[in-house]
Amino acid sequence: MNAAEWQPRAEDFARAESRGGGQRIVRPSISYWQDAWQRLKRNPRAMISLGLIVALALFAVAGPWVWRVDPAEQDLEQISRAPSLSGSATIAEPSTWAGVTVEELPTAGSPLATGLRLAGAPTTHSVRIAWNPAAGATGYHVYRNVANPEPDRALGLPIAEIADPHRVGLEDRFDLQPVKYWYSVVALDANGQEADDYAGFTVEPKLVLSAEQAATRGLIDSASSVQIGDEVALPSHPLGTDYLGRDMLSRLMHGGRVSLFIGVVAPLLFVFFGIVYGSTAGFVGGRTDQLLMRVADFVVALPFLLFMILFRIAFGIGPGESGVFPMLVALVLLSWPSTARLVRGQVLQIRNEGYIGASRLLGAKPGYLIFRHMIPNTIGVILVTLTFEVPRVIFIEAFLSFIGMGVAPPTPSWGSMSNEGIKTMLAHPHELMFPALFISVAVLAFNLLGDGLRDALDVRLRGRE
Amino acid sequence: VVVYILKRLAQGAVTVWFIATATFVAMHTVPGDPLRAERLANAQIRANLEARYGLDKPVLEQYTIYLANMLRGDFGLSYVQQNRRVNDIIREHFPVSATLGILAMAFATVGGVLWGALTALYRNRLPDVVIMFLVILGISVPSFVVAAVSQLVLVKVNAALGTSVLPVAGWGTVWHMLVPALVLGLSTMAYLTRLMRSSMLEITTSDFVRTARAKGLPPTRIFMNHQLRNAILPVITVLGPQIALITTGGFVVELVFAIPGLGRYFVEAVHQLDYTVIMGTTTFYGAFLVFMVIVVDALYGFIDPRVALE
Repeated sequence: MNAAEWQPRAEDFARAESRGGGQRIVRPSISYWQDAWQRLKRNPRAMISLGLIVALALFAVAGPWVWRVDPAEQDLEQISRAPSLSGSATIAEPSTWAGVTVEELPTAGSPLATGLRLAGAPTTHSVRIAWNPAAGATGYHVYRNVANPEPDRALGLPIAEIADPHRVGLEDRFDLQPVKYWYSVVALDANGQEADDYAGFTVEPKLVLSAEQAATRGLIDSASSVQIGDEVALPSHPLGTDYLGRDMLSRLMHGGRVSLFIGVVAPLLFVFFGIVYGSTAGFVGGRTDQLLMRVADFVVALPFLLFMILFRIAFGIGPGESGVFPMLVALVLLSWPSTARLVRGQVLQIRNEGYIGASRLLGAKPGYLIFRHMIPNTIGVILVTLTFEVPRVIFIEAFLSFIGMGVAPPTPSWGSMSNEGIKTMLAHPHELMFPALFISVAVLAFNLLGDGLRDALDVRLRGRE
Repeated sequence: VVVYILKRLAQGAVTVWFIATATFVAMHTVPGDPLRAERLANAQIRANLEARYGLDKPVLEQYTIYLANMLRGDFGLSYVQQNRRVNDIIREHFPVSATLGILAMAFATVGGVLWGALTALYRNRLPDVVIMFLVILGISVPSFVVAAVSQLVLVKVNAALGTSVLPVAGWGTVWHMLVPALVLGLSTMAYLTRLMRSSMLEITTSDFVRTARAKGLPPTRIFMNHQLRNAILPVITVLGPQIALITTGGFVVELVFAIPGLGRYFVEAVHQLDYTVIMGTTTFYGAFLVFMVIVVDALYGFIDPRVALE
């Protein structure tokens, strides 16, 4: 058949029928994000972390609506209370006490004040103690400590200096809390010097209120509605109170708002700035790129924490003042270069890809190239960076607040709460441990989620496992 | 190599200049007056003080004087402490911080390399799981909590044994340094362990290790000469920036353990708005960090001959 004879017929242009058995896609095709999500779901650590993050966010954002306790309100009956679900106080009336005196002073016997005992039930109104007179004593010093005075013989707060050897009893009414106290009595010799040894014992006063106090605090309707010895319920503090009697749970919620706000918003801001800066540098290239990256190098070389503090001073925030907004600005000013570098590297890599050239040939403008091709192709890496920046910023906030250069009291943040908690760490460890626990859990969860995201989003890892 | 180091030093000098300038600018945008009114009896004293600190001159001239002084290594006088030069303050307090930092760095590097190699050897077995759990803990718990808890533990241990095993706070003997340095180095150690582990795992599957094994080299020799030596390289790269983290991270440890270091002094100076001390220590720290990064980079060239210093 020669070519001249051949006439095309209509059926030659008909669509070829699929004869089956050729290429067929069996599984549903999934997008990048669906794939990433499936991978993430298979990673139990990442999923637990995601759950923890959601829980923390709910705790901070929705918590204050459920637990409606003012974080600034002081509960003076329950200062530095350990965590407990319910507390109660007994109604009692303050009474007067004549004290304990002895007529005869012993001349022989123990030179120490022995036989330390309670004279009456100890309450937070008064603790009354008495002891046997020491031989040859000219007086006594009484001390009180909230911790065991041994082994350093730290007797604590001087409660009384008794210059009369006949008085062998003491009533302590000074700021008593329902906690365990170590009382020590030291006898004084003829020169008024303290003896080398002391007698001590522990007392745990019972929390009591007078009827008037209970009424003014709003715990009961009126002073006449209760009798001596009645129990009244106190406000509940599930996680205890801090050294000013403020509710820990409520403060942790409000502090979480501040800490998480800084931790999430600051990375969003500086990562965004880094994307813009880095993609510009990478896309424009040449001398602009050189110049822009040199600037980034300088910013990286600045000692980070020192400059966080310097910016704070430069904003005119004195010590002891809170500066959430300046902290955000300083974080953005100092933290953008790492993202910018990363994005620039990615953009430089993608710029030489074939599809960019094709798109350019089709007349795509730079803006379109950046937003349609470059950023979607780097978004996985950026997301991973973002997840790792969040715990870093939470740490920085906590660190700065801890040294008193960040969020300052009374504004709660997990860092500033730790700062306050460390002062009472020995006697009331819960005041430090709760905020510290929240910081650790938040940082841990974001770090593990970041690990999971990196595994899920990293294209190079596909098809391995 | 000499040319490379000189070039890096020149770059470093520019960076230090930038840091000094940034500090100067930051300090001069501070609202308010460093010579606060309550300390001044009359205008004459004020004028004298301004002349002494050069505050009566235009800002640009102040800047030139500041830079010239800095070039001569003179950071000026403290505003708060009478007749105390910033140089003296740095000379007195920096060695303390440096000792602590070096010790912490040593703990971190030795520990990180050791634990990292161990976890890689026992991959997915008990030692690996336990150490990696501790590593995650070390990364997630803030240093002040570690510091506080270790102090608490020290107090309890001392109380339980009735004697002072290790001092709880303060500075002076080697015993004072141990716990703070360990606490300070902990997060870096955790980070280096992770790095060392992944780098070690990569090396274990590499060709030259297989060849060495095929040659019949004893495992210890392969481990020491081939794996460890190659796996340690990425660890060295990050040492420079880690030094920066450790020196500034020292603030918290110095505060908690009551160590008279420069970090604690800096925080105090900020609280008292002692401008010259703030500017001096910041620039000094900046210069120190830049220098350390250069040192680490230069060292890298000696340790890994494949890296050409250019």
